[in-house]
Formats: sequence, structure tokens, C-alpha cells
Amino acid sequence: MKILTEMPDVTALMPEIVMTCLALVLLMLDLFIRRKEITALLAIVIAAVVGFFLTGSSGTAFSGMFISDGYSSFFKLIFLVSLVLSVLISIRYIKIESVNFGEYYSLMLFSTLGMMLMASAGDIIVLYLGLELMALSLYVLAGFLRHDTKSNEASLKYFLLGAFASAFLLYGTSMIYGLTGTTNLKAIAHYLAANGVAHNPAVMLSVILFVVAFGFKIAAAPFHMWAPDVYEGAPTSVTAFMSVGPKAAGFAVFGRVFLTAFGGLQVDWAGILIPLAILTMAVGNILAISQTNIKRMLAYSSIAHAGYALIGLIAGGGNGVASMMNYLFIYAFMNIGAFGVVIMLRTEGFKGEEITDYEGLAKSHPLAAALMLVFMFSLTGIPPTAGFVGKFYLFMAAVAEGYTWLALVAVIFSAISAYFYLRIVMYMYMKEPKAEVALSTSAPHGIALAVATCAVLLIGVLPSGIIELARAAVAGF
Amino acid sequence: MDNYLLIPFLPLAAFFVNILFGKTLIRDKSHWVSLFAVVCSWVIAVMTLFEVIGGRTVNRDLYTWIVSGDFRVSVGFLIDQLTAVMLIVVTTVSSLVHIYSIGYMHGDKGYYRFFAYLSLFTFSMLMLVMANNFLQLYFGWEAVGLCSYFLIGFWYEKKSASDAGKKAFIVNRFGDFGFGLGVIMIFLTFGTLHYAPVFGSVNGIVGKTVDFLGLQVDLPTLIALLLFCGAVGKSAQLPLHVWLPDAMEGPTPVSALIHAATMVTAGVFLVARCNPIFVLSPPAMNVVALVGAVTALFAGTIALVQNDIKRIVAYSTVSQLGYMFLACGVGAFSAGIFHLYTHAFFKALLFLGAGSVMHAMAGELDIQKMGGLKKHMPLTYWTFLLASLSISGVPGFAGFFSKDEILWRAYASGPLGHLLYAIGALTALLTAFYSFRIIFVAFHGKFRGTHEQEHHLHESPKIMTVPLLILAAGALAAGWVGIPPLLGGGEHFAEFLAPVVGHAKGEGTHAEEWATMITAVILGLGGIAAAAFVYLRKSTLADTVAGRFSFIYRLLWNKYYVDELYDTIIVRPTFWVAKNVIVGVTDGKIIEGIVNGVPRFIGTLSSWLRNIQTGMVHQYAAVMALGAFVVIAIVLFW
Repeated sequence: MKILTEMPDVTALMPEIVMTCLALVLLMLDLFIRRKEITALLAIVIAAVVGFFLTGSSGTAFSGMFISDGYSSFFKLIFLVSLVLSVLISIRYIKIESVNFGEYYSLMLFSTLGMMLMASAGDIIVLYLGLELMALSLYVLAGFLRHDTKSNEASLKYFLLGAFASAFLLYGTSMIYGLTGTTNLKAIAHYLAANGVAHNPAVMLSVILFVVAFGFKIAAAPFHMWAPDVYEGAPTSVTAFMSVGPKAAGFAVFGRVFLTAFGGLQVDWAGILIPLAILTMAVGNILAISQTNIKRMLAYSSIAHAGYALIGLIAGGGNGVASMMNYLFIYAFMNIGAFGVVIMLRTEGFKGEEITDYEGLAKSHPLAAALMLVFMFSLTGIPPTAGFVGKFYLFMAAVAEGYTWLALVAVIFSAISAYFYLRIVMYMYMKEPKAEVALSTSAPHGIALAVATCAVLLIGVLPSGIIELARAAVAGF
Repeated sequence: MDNYLLIPFLPLAAFFVNILFGKTLIRDKSHWVSLFAVVCSWVIAVMTLFEVIGGRTVNRDLYTWIVSGDFRVSVGFLIDQLTAVMLIVVTTVSSLVHIYSIGYMHGDKGYYRFFAYLSLFTFSMLMLVMANNFLQLYFGWEAVGLCSYFLIGFWYEKKSASDAGKKAFIVNRFGDFGFGLGVIMIFLTFGTLHYAPVFGSVNGIVGKTVDFLGLQVDLPTLIALLLFCGAVGKSAQLPLHVWLPDAMEGPTPVSALIHAATMVTAGVFLVARCNPIFVLSPPAMNVVALVGAVTALFAGTIALVQNDIKRIVAYSTVSQLGYMFLACGVGAFSAGIFHLYTHAFFKALLFLGAGSVMHAMAGELDIQKMGGLKKHMPLTYWTFLLASLSISGVPGFAGFFSKDEILWRAYASGPLGHLLYAIGALTALLTAFYSFRIIFVAFHGKFRGTHEQEHHLHESPKIMTVPLLILAAGALAAGWVGIPPLLGGGEHFAEFLAPVVGHAKGEGTHAEEWATMITAVILGLGGIAAAAFVYLRKSTLADTVAGRFSFIYRLLWNKYYVDELYDTIIVRPTFWVAKNVIVGVTDGKIIEGIVNGVPRFIGTLSSWLRNIQTGMVHQYAAVMALGAFVVIAIVLFW
């Protein structure tokens, strides 16, 4: 074993190093900051700095354990965007919930750092490290309303089930290590191809165990059970964050592991994922219908969207993966936007989480209703919003790869989803307001909603830029 | 030249400003937003025209929305000679109508809405003429139809207005269905919807046939006729002309802009734009020419006996549009566009003049209740007279040159052309007669309305008369750009358009050309003289003739009973089917069964499945484990 005598080349992971240092500094600095808005602002500055370093990083480090390429950079962009938007919609909300503590933002930063490591993992060990960093931060964030039993319950459930899922991941890892003698993704692929053991039941077993672990992270059925309870109990701003960033990170490792390590087994794992995707869309869309709490409804909606995005992975190839990434990018804006409106209804002494609270919103608060309309249309997938573009490319990728029937199934579930998304619109525009609903607004919140709305409409009208970016990102995969 | 993008998008911006802020902030200043936008568009359109004259044309895709295989949804612009002419027509008339509307719509409670729609219409029409692909053309086509629907039914509290709006929209569905099929056929045939590659490879489809409803149909003929279906609907040709006269329920400036000068001419534009397809199919060309000629005559005869001033002008529009199709059908596309261009001026003028009369008469439309308006409204009278001289083809006026061009090209095109010429010349006689019937009945003689109306007679304000004067200048002089060589001119208009639509075919001697021209002029002047004789000298003669030929009179008065015919064979059966079959069986039993049943099923399923979500964390873990177990079992042991 050769002992390293010189510093390894770490340019590839400069963004992560910078993020680690700054997040730690922020954690310390927060002790001396009285106004927590400044902490939030600093968190955004850190995200921007990391984003700056992101542009310059590429290559591999630590003998292939860490990979920085177009694929990882695209996902990191999604994480940073969802981080910034989530911070913006948190500032006033955590004050209302009287949990205005600075470590909230540090935890978000650490969680994002974990996601970034996941996206760049070239080795299952690094992947596991990132995944646990992300998850541990999220467990704390989910229980951040420490005086609220529901929030505590959410945190504990998330932790217990998350630990359970991690066990699957480790089990799968140990199986594949036992078989191939490595945890490096490329080396696994190489070994499987060279020794012709691709169809060894042990390999399939470990594939399935990975599916369970990653399926848990993206909330795919039947590993989704935690999502509605946790989404409902967690602080709404954390729910918004959790429904976007970690889900995208789950897809990032899904794609990375399955396309790199098990790239030769695509037919086999696609055969497992297809029924899962259909089940996920079915559970998400059908159960969303009977919800009365909007956070729960959006939780099921988030499950359903995981099902759509899985189609991109199933289709595989450059187009399929690019359409999945594109979809997750769009989903970040529309889902955080929708949660942003939900948060606005939360005021001192009013929860504003029931769907009936939206009755007549268009009369009392036309702008908020119009924004919600845009996000609901986009989640349904109605042109000219970004949601349509995202679904269009996903389904086209499926059709191009010969999964026309799967695309058809997805379209049918999209049609079902119109029922519960447009029900919100119907409540807002076609019912009379029951009670006076006040809105809590703030400048940062307004900025977040403006950015999300503009992105949803702009990508809907001019999708080519983001499509090309995703395709270019996959090209170097 | 890149600022051509502003031509459509300025009115679009004005639409958004007015529709968002018009009701609360801008209110009675709404016209400034729309007017500013359209006048800027006009200035840029003029600059664009000069650049096109200088030889620069543009054809580029602005952006592509989505791509799916060969199918590209893109927004692109084609600016060539034909587009440049259309841009001038649309922006000029639109600007003048905007100005006129400030006076005409003053005090209306939907003031901001009116200007918002005018802007939206202008945008849509400009997108239609500037498109470089069939899909965008189709978008503009439907968008102008939608604006037309909004504006016909602008006074939606009035049942006749909202009915007329619906009628226009529904009748247009028939034509647009064919048009849509035509666009689909083009895509299936050529694999693209962009003009340039379609027209470039169009010769490759000559002689090909396609199976259509079990018949082997010539492909170029099929595509051309499907496209022509759309043109028939939009340009109110037989048999889909019925919506246009009813569309007069809309505010008069709308009639001038949409139902005379621009939207209804989109059909002519479509045929001219697709001339490479049409010329491949002589049968389709003959259909176009015959439909045009028959419509011209048919509508002209109806116009003879109507008393509603706007309806007379509306039938006149249908008739003149027929002329334009006649020209396209004989291959003289530039003559058709030339008539479109001159017609825009004198017909917009006639409508705005009629609007001015209505303004003075408190909304009265019946010319029998007018009379002697000349001395009360001199400006309106003189401009109306000028427009009538122009439409009657009196030498020197704009209408003379374009009509002469059409008639001569029709005659020169061959044996069928002689027949077309005869119909066209006869229509010229009718045109002159009914146009001057308005002049003599409404503006001359004694006032026949109520005393109160007479008391209020006044010339319209300057904001309305100035556009009349400008249009009058156009009605007089617009044709001078296309003087035929026979009269010492250079046919500049036809030469300008030749790169797009080619030269008209057909030859003839100078003597024949003189003969056709002089015959038409004599018929036109004869029509004027006849109108003068009947309505100025022998005012009882009209009634006598109507009494003696009462069958024909009633036939014309009732517009050949076409509305009644459609009511019997289409509307009533449709209602019957709707009520007894669709509501009773299909909708009531089948669809509602599915529509209510499926959600009920899913709702039940949803509430049932909900029970799985117990909130117990060990059960969640059990479900996960079970899921993993099932997958493993199936994959490994199946």
C-alpha cells in the first residue's frame, strides 16, 4: 500500500470543501448573530459561492471515489436552487412557528452538502456517507417544531424508517462487495462484465436491495409509507425542501449506480422498476384524491411525480436520463412554488393547511390564487407551463425507447391527477370565501415565488435551453 | 430589419397591459396603449416594406417550442413581398380603426376591453400573415377567429349579438375542420410544416394519389381543396357565407377592421400563400374560381334589396371577396391580392362611413328611414361617395384598377375565363347599383326618420372624420401602384409580388383588353345611372318592379333562404340528435355513467386504500419489507 506523500488533487471537490467550511463557519457565527434573517442571507450567499465553485470543478478525485461531471453538476444545480428557494420561504415561516433558530439554516446547508456528495459518488461508500449526512440533517429538520407533537412524530418515523432503508442499502453493498471485491461503481461494472456473473442471483438480490433503499429516498411505492406522515408533520418549509432536493438526490444515485455499476443489466432492473413506477403513480394519484390536508395531498402528489420521473430512468439512454433530470429541475420550481403559497396561508393562530381554507381565495387574494393556479396547472402538466414540457419529454423518451404503453399509463394517471390539482383551483375561483384568510408575506418570500413562477412560465414557453443543458450534462456521463 | 419582431409583439404587449390594468387603472385612457402600439407597428411595417422593396426578405425561426421526431412546433417569421403588402394593409387599417374607435366607442362601459381585443386581434392577424409555417398560420387563423367571436359578441347582453358571435364561430368550424385536415395532410406528405421545404419539394407530389374515403384522389387536388375549405369559411364564400352578414352585430369599427379589411381576406391570403400547391391542380383552381365567381354574383344580388346599411355593405364584402377568389382561381394571384389591398381601403371606408351615419342616427340602420343626410354630414357623404365610386370601378379610382386587372386576367385565362368574365362584369353592374342605392336613398332626398332623430343629426367628431379622410385618399389613390401597361402604367404591384406568386398566365390582344375594360366600365357607370334613375327620378319604380317580380324580390330579400335551409337540414337535426341521442342516451347513460362511475370508483378505492396508512411505524416498515420480499420472490424464483 502506497502512502500518500503529497496532497491529492482536490479541484473536483472544491465546491464540497467550500460548502463544508462555510457551513461550519456559519454554525459558529450564528451564535453571535441576533437577527436570524442575516443567517438566512449568509446561507444564500454560501449557496451562491458554492455555485460559483461548481462551474470550475470537473474531474475525479480519490482514485475515482468522487466524480464531478456534467451529470453531478446538473443535480447540484437543482440542489442549490431548491436550497435557496427553501431558505427564502423559510425566513418568515419559522418566525411564525417560533422556532427561529440559526442552526435551521446550517442544517439545510449540511443536508445539501450530503446531496452533493451523493450526486458525485463514484463509490458506494461515498454514496452512503452523503446519504446519511443528508438524511440525518433532515431527521432533525423534520422535528424542528420541537413543541409540536406531530413534528416530533414525523421526525421519529422518518428516522426509524430511514435507518431501516439504510440497512437495505448496506446489505446490498455487502452482497455486491462480497461478489466483486469492490465498492467502486466502475470497477463493479467491469467485474460483472469480465466475469460473466451479471445474472448471478446474488447480483439481482443486491440490485433489488438498492431499489428498496433508493426507492425509499424518492418515495416510490411501496416504500413511500413514511412520506405522507412526515410531509404533513414537518415544518412546511422543510417539507418543501424535502420533497425536492432529497428526492432529486435519490434519483441522482439511482441513475449513477444503476447506469454505471449495473449498466449491463438494464433490461433486468427496468423490469423491476416498471411495475414500481406504475404502482407509485397509482398510489400517489389515487390517494391524493381523498386527502383533505393540502400538505398530505402534496405529499401524495410528490409520490406520483417520483413515478413519472422513474419513467425517464426506465427509458434510459441519453434522452431518458436527460428528460428525468429536466423533470426534476422543473419539479423543484413548481413544487416549492406550491408549498410557498401554502406557507403564505400560515399566520399566527391559523394553520391554513386544509384544502377548504382555499375557498374563494381568488376573491380575497387574487395574486396568491393566480400563483397557485400556475403551480397547480404546472403540476398537472398543462401547457404553456413547465410541467407540460417536463412530462412531454419524459413520455417522448419512453415512446422513443418502445415503452409507448407505459407512457399511455402515465398519461392516464396525469389525467386523474388533474382532479385533485384542479380541485384546488376550483375552490379558489368558484367558491365564495368562507372566512377571512390573512396572508403572511415578506420580501424574500415574494422573491422566491416570483422566481418560481417566472421559471415555470419561462421554461414552459422556452424549454429548449434547459433541455439542451440536461442533454449536454448527460453527454459526459 | 430585426425590429420586425416588434410588429406583432407591440400589440400583444398592449393587449396584456389593457386586459390586466384596463379595468382598474387605465380605464378611459386605454386607447393610448393600443393606439401607440399599433402606430409603432405601422411605422415599422412601412420601414419593412421599403427594405423588402430593396430586395431583403427574411425567413427564420425565432424559436422552437418542442420537438418530437419530425414534428417541430416553432415560431418563425417569413417576410417577403406578400407579407409586406399584408403588413401594410393590416397595420394601416388597424391604426385608423383604432383612432376612429376613440370617438365611436366613447363612453362604452367595455372601453378598455374593446381596445384590448383590438390589440389582440391585430397581434393574431400579424402572426397569421408573418408565419413561416403552417402550424403558426393555423394558430393565427384560429386566434383571429377567436377575436372575431369576442368582438362580434362584444355587446354580449344583446342576445342577437352573442348569437351572431356563436354563429360565426360555429360556421367557421366547418371550414377550419377541412383546413386542419389539409395541414395534417401536408405534414404527412412532406414531413414538415415549414413553407420553404414544402413549397420547395411540392413538384414531387404531382400525379400522386391517395386513398381518401375509399376513393383514389389526386394528392395536390386534395390538399388544395382541404386548404380551400378553411378559406371558404373564413372569407365567407358560398356555402359558408351565412355568418358574415350576422357578424354586423359587432361594433362598426370591428366590422370595418375584421369583417371587411383584414380577417375575412385571410382566405385569399391563404390561397395566394399556398399558390405553389394550388397551381399543381387545375381542378382545384377551377373550383376556387367558380366558387369565387358564383359567390360574387350571389351576394351582389342579395345586396340589391336589403335595407340595413351594414348588411348591404357586408354582402358587398362577400361579393368582393368572391372577386378575389376568382382572380386566384385563374392564376392571377397578384390581381387577387391587389384587389384585397384596394378593397381594404374603400370597404373600411364604407363601414366607417356607415358607422358615422349610425352615430348621427342614434344607431338606426335602415336606409329607408334615412335620407338627405348629405347636408347634415358633408364629410361623411363625400367620403362615402368616393368609396362608392371606387368600388363601382369608375376609372381613376383604386377599385377600377384592381377590378379591371381581375376581369382581364379572367377573360385571358381561356374558355372558362370568358364565362367568369361575364359573371364578373355582371357583378360589377350590380355592385355599382347597390352602392349608389345607399348614396341616393340615405344621403339624398328628404329625411324620413323621426323628428327627434332629425333634430340630433350632426357630423361626427374630428376623431372619426379624420380616419375617413385618410381612407378616402387611399380609396382614390391606392390603385395607382398597379396601373396596367395598357394605360401607360408599369404594373408595379404585380411585378413586386411576382417573386412570390408568379406571373398570371394567359394572353390576349390589346383590342380584347380594351374591350373588356370598356365593357366593365360601361356596366359600372350603367349601374350608377340606373340607381340614379330609380331612386332619384322615379322613386316609385323600385316598388313597382318589386311588386311585379315579387317572387324574385322575396327570394333576394330572404337571401335565397339559405339560413332557413341550413336551419332545416343542419341546425334542427343537430338539435334533435343532441336532445334525443346525445343527452338521452350517449351522455345521459354512457358518458355520465363513466364520468360519474370512474371517479366514484377511484374515490372509493382512495378512501379504502387510505386505511393502509395507519400511522403505525412498524406497519410501515412491514409494508416496505413485504414489498422487498415480493420483488425478490418474483425476480429470483419466478
